[in-house]
Amino acid sequence: MSSIRYSTRGFASRTFKAEMSMKNPLLQDGATEGLTAAESPFQRFVANYFESRVATVAFFVLVVILILGFFAPLISPTDPYDLAQVDVLDSRLVPGSESYTGMTYWLGTDGAGRDLLSAILYGLRTSLSVGVLSGLIALCIGGAVGLIAAYFGGKVETLIMRVVDIQLGFPAILVALVLVALLGKGVDKIIIALVVVQWAYYARTVRGSALVERRKEYIEAATCLALSHRRIVFRHLLPNCLPPLIVVGTLQTAHAISLEATLSFLGIGLPITEPSLGLLIANGFEYMLSQKYWISFFPGIALLITIISINLVGDQLRDVLNPRLQK
Amino acid sequence: MSLLVFVGVNVVGDPVDMLINPEADQAEIDRVIRHFGLDKPIHMQYWHFLTNALQGDLGKSFIFGMPALQLILMRMPATLELAFSALILAIVIGIPLGVYAGLKPEAKVSRTIMASSILGFSLPTFWVGLMMIMVFAVMLGWLPSTGRGETVMVGGMELSFLTLDGLSHLLMPALNLSLFKMSLVIRLARAGTREVVHQDYMKFARAKGLSESRLIMVHLLKNIMIPVVTVLGLELGGLIAFSVVTETVFAWPGMGKLIIDSIHLLDRPVVVAYLMIIVLMFVVINLVVDVLYSILDPRVRLQDVQS
Repeated sequence: MSSIRYSTRGFASRTFKAEMSMKNPLLQDGATEGLTAAESPFQRFVANYFESRVATVAFFVLVVILILGFFAPLISPTDPYDLAQVDVLDSRLVPGSESYTGMTYWLGTDGAGRDLLSAILYGLRTSLSVGVLSGLIALCIGGAVGLIAAYFGGKVETLIMRVVDIQLGFPAILVALVLVALLGKGVDKIIIALVVVQWAYYARTVRGSALVERRKEYIEAATCLALSHRRIVFRHLLPNCLPPLIVVGTLQTAHAISLEATLSFLGIGLPITEPSLGLLIANGFEYMLSQKYWISFFPGIALLITIISINLVGDQLRDVLNPRLQK
Repeated sequence: MSLLVFVGVNVVGDPVDMLINPEADQAEIDRVIRHFGLDKPIHMQYWHFLTNALQGDLGKSFIFGMPALQLILMRMPATLELAFSALILAIVIGIPLGVYAGLKPEAKVSRTIMASSILGFSLPTFWVGLMMIMVFAVMLGWLPSTGRGETVMVGGMELSFLTLDGLSHLLMPALNLSLFKMSLVIRLARAGTREVVHQDYMKFARAKGLSESRLIMVHLLKNIMIPVVTVLGLELGGLIAFSVVTETVFAWPGMGKLIIDSIHLLDRPVVVAYLMIIVLMFVVINLVVDVLYSILDPRVRLQDVQS
């Protein structure tokens, strides 16, 4: 490539991007300009992904779950936390039974007479937002830290990776337990705890792939062009480390949702004012011994479907995005 | 670390509110605050805590009125019993299934085993525990749902697994706790088997005319045990930490349940003592596993010498 010929740096960098995208077919949209192949990398990626039937189903299930969670207030038949709509007379009804106003409770009601279907939709919303938000924050922090460690090396790297190693030596639930004991209850505190639990995984993943990418020619060329560190790290190094980061991000989000549910079940997670699926399951615990299974059962099924579909999507993404497995 | 835990735990909430009868007068409140040393500034409290901790005194529980360390050590055998039972279950069930799936990767049974191991990874432990209680305790009535059952004192520790009643109480929590590790063992054993089966020494052993059972029991198992043992060693700490969840579900009176109750009741000394003990435990476990690893796998030592 003769990018050195161009005088302005910005233009040279754009040519680099095109060059990068040819080298690395995993790069998605945005970086594909200047590529003359009939099939864009993104199209190929989509085609590869939907080759697996299980993964296709998982993807659509996940989309439906996300829509349900996002539009929960619009979809759910009642607002379970509006006291005017809840009647204690309707408490602990069997799934499919009718209220005296003629409404059907498809999944039954809980101990306070709330429609379980609506409660699950609202709980799904809370669980998803806490999981995704903490995952995104952890991704940004862990990603940045891992990139810095790999790019600068030396003492910075040793220090960062030592901290990562120490943290990964302890199981996630223990770290979360310590943090919750330290910080107390609350949505923000749970998110902080989940971020602290997760960032190390992202840092390790990014560092691993950044160490490989760093030695390649395009980084050397970018360094020769005297681009700033920030520019090299975020515009050149980061895009090429994205694929493993996306995979880890998906799987970690499932972990975060599961961990949050566990903490909430133990009563040290989200406060009762922000009921997640874990809390709904905990609420049903006391009724279960008297054969009222549905109060715990259905929120658990919702949680289960969410976690499994995210995991399946993540697994397929890993297979598709892994260049070593490509034909 | 100790500073972090101490400050954090001591700044959250006011245990006086939890401890004292709301109708108590100011003099009574002052007496309680002085009794627990809560009137002193925080750095004094920390210094006091640190000097005592080094002498093995982690403070007295606000709720139980006895030394926190003693309280936790009293509950520890229950947790350890649960964790080790889970570990044994994971090995005894996980390895045969994993080896089978590795030997016949295309068989239907193997596919079922692998699919269930994925489930074992994804299912939230506490929910599985609830469902187990629902099916086996509530609907079928086969097993008791909570508690430890009859225990036998052995060397100053109460143990459940020596009585039939205790064993029936132990089965469900142990199985629940082991599910995750079992999936892990299945995957490790399967991956190991598939690798080892094609090695030259296996072909040689078969050519020598060894029976299939000896081939699998001795030559194969020995070689797949290395990763399994290391990972399980590392995961033992995880089992103890995760027993918090299982103990809460099955009302198993171990230290995991104690810590959750203590967090709820703001019983600070117990929380601090628990965290100190478990962190110490982890450091020791990680160290022991690192040492064991180099003993078990000579290849690791060789690499160290070369580099």
